[in-house]
Amino acid sequence: MFWYFLKKLILVIPTFIGVSFASFALIHMMPGDPVEIMAGERGLDAAQHAEILKSLGLDLPMHVQYGHYLLSIFRLDLGNSLVTHEPVVNEFAKLFPATLELATAAMILAILFGLSAGIIAAVKRGSVFDHGVMSLSLAGYSMPIFWWGLMLIMYFSVYLGWTPVTGRISLDFDIMPHTGFMLVDSWLAEAADPAGNAGAFRDALRHLILPAVVLGTIPMAVIARMTRSSMLEVLGEEYVRTARARGLSPWRVIVIHALRNALIPVITVVGLQVGTLMGGAVMTETIFSWPGIGKWIIEAVGRRDYPVVQDGILIVATLVIVTNILVDVLYGVINPRIRHER
Amino acid sequence: MINAGTGNEAVEATQTFTYPSPFRAFWSGFSANRGAVIGLAFMLLVLFCALFAPLLGLHDPIEQFRDASLLPPAWYLEGTWTYPLGTDEVGRDLLSRLCFGARVSLLVGLCAVLMSLIPGVALGLAAGFFPKVTGKLIMRAMDIMMALPALLLAVAIMSILGQGIINAMIAIAIVALPGYVRLVRASVSMELGRDYVIASRMNGAGLLRLMFLTVLPNCLAPLIVHATLSFSSAILEVAALGFLGFGVQPPTAEWGTMLAAARDYMDRAWWVVTLPGVTILLSVLAINLIGDGLRDTLDPKLKRVA
Repeated sequence: MFWYFLKKLILVIPTFIGVSFASFALIHMMPGDPVEIMAGERGLDAAQHAEILKSLGLDLPMHVQYGHYLLSIFRLDLGNSLVTHEPVVNEFAKLFPATLELATAAMILAILFGLSAGIIAAVKRGSVFDHGVMSLSLAGYSMPIFWWGLMLIMYFSVYLGWTPVTGRISLDFDIMPHTGFMLVDSWLAEAADPAGNAGAFRDALRHLILPAVVLGTIPMAVIARMTRSSMLEVLGEEYVRTARARGLSPWRVIVIHALRNALIPVITVVGLQVGTLMGGAVMTETIFSWPGIGKWIIEAVGRRDYPVVQDGILIVATLVIVTNILVDVLYGVINPRIRHER
Repeated sequence: MINAGTGNEAVEATQTFTYPSPFRAFWSGFSANRGAVIGLAFMLLVLFCALFAPLLGLHDPIEQFRDASLLPPAWYLEGTWTYPLGTDEVGRDLLSRLCFGARVSLLVGLCAVLMSLIPGVALGLAAGFFPKVTGKLIMRAMDIMMALPALLLAVAIMSILGQGIINAMIAIAIVALPGYVRLVRASVSMELGRDYVIASRMNGAGLLRLMFLTVLPNCLAPLIVHATLSFSSAILEVAALGFLGFGVQPPTAEWGTMLAAARDYMDRAWWVVTLPGVTILLSVLAINLIGDGLRDTLDPKLKRVA
């Protein structure tokens, strides 16, 4: 198992270097001069301009700049933002928990509802419920999520007034960012100061629910479809018939015998959704003004904040690559056939 | 129709075997799928609106009727049949903007599909036929592109190239490329071991003949299905880019930019937000239904357990 994991990890190194090159190349092909953008309205004379360019190392030839960049990645010392002058890694670390919290909530919703809807649809094949799930998942799969977010805001926030429109928590709470996860932090704050922060956890939850639903919609639809077809396939197998013939209760056969094998393709799909989730986070965070890395990178593109876009893209791509390896390994764990084959 | 009984008088006299033409065989399978037929009908309607938008007697999509801003659809009391689906914040006719928006979405989608299909097939064939070095290099490059989330990559490409309709096509085509390459390579490496390919090689077929005339036609079914499905994601991506402000520039009517502009009015005028979104959703849904139907008909191996 360990060697299998190590082999995967080594295979990924060229991909990683390629990604670093791609993010470097993309950002340096963008038109617009970062020094001008830093200077803003003030305007610089040519000497000052050259000086700042030099101090940032942007006057060196491209291949030297890329070399420096690659070295800095391996030293885990990425650049500073041109706008805030903070190290990019710090900014990322500050914002990432927000995206992680959102993505986790979305994935939990997607797996919970997608999996159970898929299982029930397969078991009650051809029923009204089955057709309903299939139609809904087809619609969910085709959903433009930016519009879906607006519709939910329009109905639940504007019309019914149930949920807030933007942000992670109302401003009148005094929350210390212990973990960066607002649900945990607001709960801690409420425990520490029950009078001042009464209802903070509930408030955080109300902020989270709509963005999580929006971000979870496409994965939910994909998981429901995949679970259904994979369950149908497994339910037709002979060992399931044998289990039934032995007189096991229907739900025991479904959950213990069938589901375990049906889950194998579903896990791959869940893993593949992580990339989709990162792309969806860009949209969802923009609509709900959720202070996460998707919104951060998009805003950095607009500001031509070279280091932020470059490293942001690199970090996101690394996350996707690492998740894919984990999925691969997990796949080997639950499906011994694959582990031994390779 | 091919008459299979020729040459044998006795058989021909009693019964004539006729094979349905490939198209007829395809259609009888496809039309059995109700969802796919509905999807096709809807897309034909959208296509009609897009092609004949200037001839339908609609208002100019960018003409502003300032004294008629944010009018609701005609079936409301305040609405009028002059603007059947109402007007937006500066008094532009929504129906006309939706029809003209369809031109942008369909055109960008179609061109983006072609622009990723052609290089995708070429690279996929190359990777499948030369798996040792070329194939490895190509697939590694595709892995790199796959690791970057599609929307981020598209946004980055748009900010390099600048906004505009052609650049949106290029960005969407680049994002879709790895999918084609992987698909073609996988089908090619499966086909290469088949007897008919070996037979063709023994007959002295050259590389190009093997690639395009022997192997490629046998990889077409999954390719057609994939192209259909990537057409629907292209439409979604155009709208997403427009919504983020990286796509087609105003005042050109485009579904995503319409949504972005309508955001500020959603508490007063539901139609300016709802209608463009519903149009996007229904178009994407219709294409996905067609794609599912095509897959079930052309590629029965992939047919989901129904």
